[in-house]
Amino acid sequence: MTHNQRGRCIAALLAVVAVACAGSDTSGGAPATEGGPVALRRLTSQQYTQSIHDVLGNDIVVPSRIEPDARLEGLLGVGASFVSVTPSGFEKYEAAATAIAEQALGSELRGANLSCEPSSASGADDSCAREFIATIGRRLFRRTLAEDEIARRVAIAASSATELGDFYAGLEMALTSLLVSPNFLFRVEEIEPDPADGSRLRLTSTSVATRLSYLIWNSTPDDELLDAAESGALLNTGNLAAQAARLLDSPKAEAGIRAFFSDLLTFRRIDEGLVRKSPTEFPAFTLTLAGDAKEQTLRTIVDHLVTNELDLRELYTTRSTFLTPSLGSVYAVPFGGGGWGPYEFAEDGPRAGLLSHVSLMSITAHPGRSSATLRGKFVREVLLCQDIPDPPANVDFSIVENTGGELRTARERLGEHVTNDACAGCHQLMDPIGLAFENFDAIGAYRTQENGVDIDASGNLDGQSYDDAIGMGQALRDHESLGPCMTRNLYRYAVGRNPVSGEQALLTFLDDRFAASGYRWGSLIDALVVSDGFLTASGQREAEEVAQ
Amino acid sequence: MKKQVSRRTILRGAVAGGAVGMGLPLLDCFLNENGTALAQGGGPIPVRFGTWFWGCGMNPARWAPPTEGLGYELSVELQALDRTLDSGGKIRDHVSVFSGFDVKLDGNPNYPHGSGPASNLTGLFAPADGDFGAPSIDVLIAREIGGFTRFRSLQLSATGNRNHTYSRESATIRNASEISPMEVYTRIFGPDFADPAAGEFVPNPRWTLRQSVLSAVKEDRDKLMSRVGTHDQQRLDQYFTSVRQLEQMLDVLLSGPPDLPSCRRADDPGPDILEGEVFQNDLDSVNQRHRALADLLTFALACDQTRVFNMIFSSGISELTVPGLNTSHHQLTHDESIDTELGYQPKATQFVLASMEAWADFVERLASVPEGDGTMLDNCLVFANSDLSYAKPHDVRGLPTMIAGSAGGRITPGIHIKGNTDPVTRVGLTVQQAMGLPIDAWGENSLQTSLPVSEILV
Repeated sequence: MTHNQRGRCIAALLAVVAVACAGSDTSGGAPATEGGPVALRRLTSQQYTQSIHDVLGNDIVVPSRIEPDARLEGLLGVGASFVSVTPSGFEKYEAAATAIAEQALGSELRGANLSCEPSSASGADDSCAREFIATIGRRLFRRTLAEDEIARRVAIAASSATELGDFYAGLEMALTSLLVSPNFLFRVEEIEPDPADGSRLRLTSTSVATRLSYLIWNSTPDDELLDAAESGALLNTGNLAAQAARLLDSPKAEAGIRAFFSDLLTFRRIDEGLVRKSPTEFPAFTLTLAGDAKEQTLRTIVDHLVTNELDLRELYTTRSTFLTPSLGSVYAVPFGGGGWGPYEFAEDGPRAGLLSHVSLMSITAHPGRSSATLRGKFVREVLLCQDIPDPPANVDFSIVENTGGELRTARERLGEHVTNDACAGCHQLMDPIGLAFENFDAIGAYRTQENGVDIDASGNLDGQSYDDAIGMGQALRDHESLGPCMTRNLYRYAVGRNPVSGEQALLTFLDDRFAASGYRWGSLIDALVVSDGFLTASGQREAEEVAQ
Repeated sequence: MKKQVSRRTILRGAVAGGAVGMGLPLLDCFLNENGTALAQGGGPIPVRFGTWFWGCGMNPARWAPPTEGLGYELSVELQALDRTLDSGGKIRDHVSVFSGFDVKLDGNPNYPHGSGPASNLTGLFAPADGDFGAPSIDVLIAREIGGFTRFRSLQLSATGNRNHTYSRESATIRNASEISPMEVYTRIFGPDFADPAAGEFVPNPRWTLRQSVLSAVKEDRDKLMSRVGTHDQQRLDQYFTSVRQLEQMLDVLLSGPPDLPSCRRADDPGPDILEGEVFQNDLDSVNQRHRALADLLTFALACDQTRVFNMIFSSGISELTVPGLNTSHHQLTHDESIDTELGYQPKATQFVLASMEAWADFVERLASVPEGDGTMLDNCLVFANSDLSYAKPHDVRGLPTMIAGSAGGRITPGIHIKGNTDPVTRVGLTVQQAMGLPIDAWGENSLQTSLPVSEILV
């Protein structure tokens, strides 16, 4: 067991390093690749809300707590390709659809959502209903509806309007039937033979439009993109690149980049109130503060990658950020004003990079104390794409975790991991990284001592040594796996699954392009969306032999 | 509707190994002439099934009752069952305790906090951490008896986290939990609740229209099915099963208010109690939410709104805490040293005692509702279980389980059974047989058993 565990850890690490170092040919074009299998992708709760807002108006209050998203392989975006809809989930989708339809066709918003005037407000009007269902239905289903799909809803609108004596109430029922349809709740990725090479399968142009739109906007395609898809224009790489550029230039692109980083950095846990701190020890840590902390990090990312188009790797070293007064008090820096404002952490101060933010330091800590192990695991798994196996079930943690005993600092206690052979293999990968952040407590507030003993935050990340979290951020910035890992994560997010083995050369190519651009975010997106991995597939995902 | 149920039964029978055998006697006896299957006035009082989960187990030597059989002597960690019920007798007399029944691993990984529930609730080894190999026992039972009511089942959790659930539709599809008493109230007793005290029943015309909405969605089915692969066909099957479930709910609503003597609309619990804007995990807050959810559940059962439920008091990685403690129940089970004089972990153990008090609260609440000649508890079978026995080393041997209630006279309550390392699946098999499932064996490899705990079966 012991030997096995250690072996697994070392093997996992070596495999990733080998991949990171494999091939770096930047000269040619993208390698011909067959993308992995496609599958239905259930809208995440954010995508559901964003899509409703884009189609029916930002004023609509979308009910929360419908069907929870599932995290798989570290991403909700991957889990979405595996989840279904449970009975209680469908009940809630239907209730939400009803509430949304009532608002969308209520007296305040119907003018914006309905382009025709019914012949009578108190009865059926098939032609006006049809116009609404066809127009809104196309934006919800991300394709033009078939005649029978429209006709069924026109019939519902008519019979409901007659029964209820109200055209709009009748149309609400038709809208509800669009909103609970699997064609809306799931993104349907369809494939077809590539006419240029019958042996290859490609995504249909509407499926490409949907992938593109949810990747860049985290929302449904607009009419212009759907027009380009349904006319076939999007099948041309130049047109596709132009559409991608248009989407990236839109203000809606900010929601897209926020969604990706929120997913990757597990910020949903903050949204759901699951990052909790001991109220007696950390009274400052309220849900509002946690929300601000998340917002700080997302603002920093958007400003860095989109507004200023800077090198992604410098997210881990940048001192530029945004604060609110309540965040300023946790950071113990003077920050006045009434709300958000830009802030520069001091050159000689202890903070630089996302990993010194309250958000990530809180997420990777226990309710009452920091955790070097969780922090190291986060860096290895999320930022460097290295797997850390779970600990064996039968482990005595009491020496390592007894904060009231003789071992005063986390470094002393975690020393037990390294001297205990069963633990050492994996913990040597995590603890030294996490110890670099020991100057930040369970909510990310700065400290120099633990239990009266000075904290030593020095260490070494795969060969690059550092004295503290600032140096750790620099070592991370320079780590050879940082760029490839981000490429891999964005790729997984874009296609909704882990890469298959045939896609490795493409990932290497994409990372080379990313590196050649100086790690500019837009360049990575540009290269990704015209790649074979984004546009082709091996087929549809087949069922595994599981009990139903 | 009959066709639909038998399709599910065939599916289950085909995959669950020993769990074969058709026939729907339980189903037929509850069906009314229209096939809508309502336990209305004059019908038998419904028998309900529920689970009650607490995290991080117990201390085996302090938890297991010192004596066996009926009228067993209470152990130190089960003193909560000593409470006297208003309806007579002690809680102990209504609760059977199963000690020393093992989760067998046969060399499979012991996923910390995952392998116990997976095997206890499916009879199979956990295929991966957090995954189950098959639908959980509550879903199997709900497929049999849950179709007669407005809600096939209710999932409730006092933990403040919707992802805390041990109810699985399949290996990977989880039934999320309700965490907010306010939202549970609205869902069950909101505008769609037909209040028997409200005078003449007038069906809401929208209910029929909602059914036509669902019909349109079902007609989208064939085209979509033909466009996706087999993996997605399974997911869409689940989706359309859920659509049918809502149709059934609307059928039940249209058939009028429940006609059970103990049924009345629950009191509105009001806004959720939030400390510091989040669902906190200190014992007081969790106990308040647990009592509020149990209260709403009891009203829902009294009105036959559901016959299957799952209640989670604390999750496997129990986040329970108390003021002044900078750590949680789960952390303590691993971190706290064993007090050499006491022989156990005193801080961690306070949460075992608190969990058993909460279990007693729950049982007591069910027993407070008069039904027929006795109480609602007599017509329930509540299967209490945890993820571990001794949590410090994640031990799954001697996994603690209990059964409260008499399942409408199908089981004898109040017995302590020692398992002597028998597989824990014996208890799960007993539960399924008591609930009328036509199976005579359950589980795989060393978890496989055809021996129910016959001492408690009537």
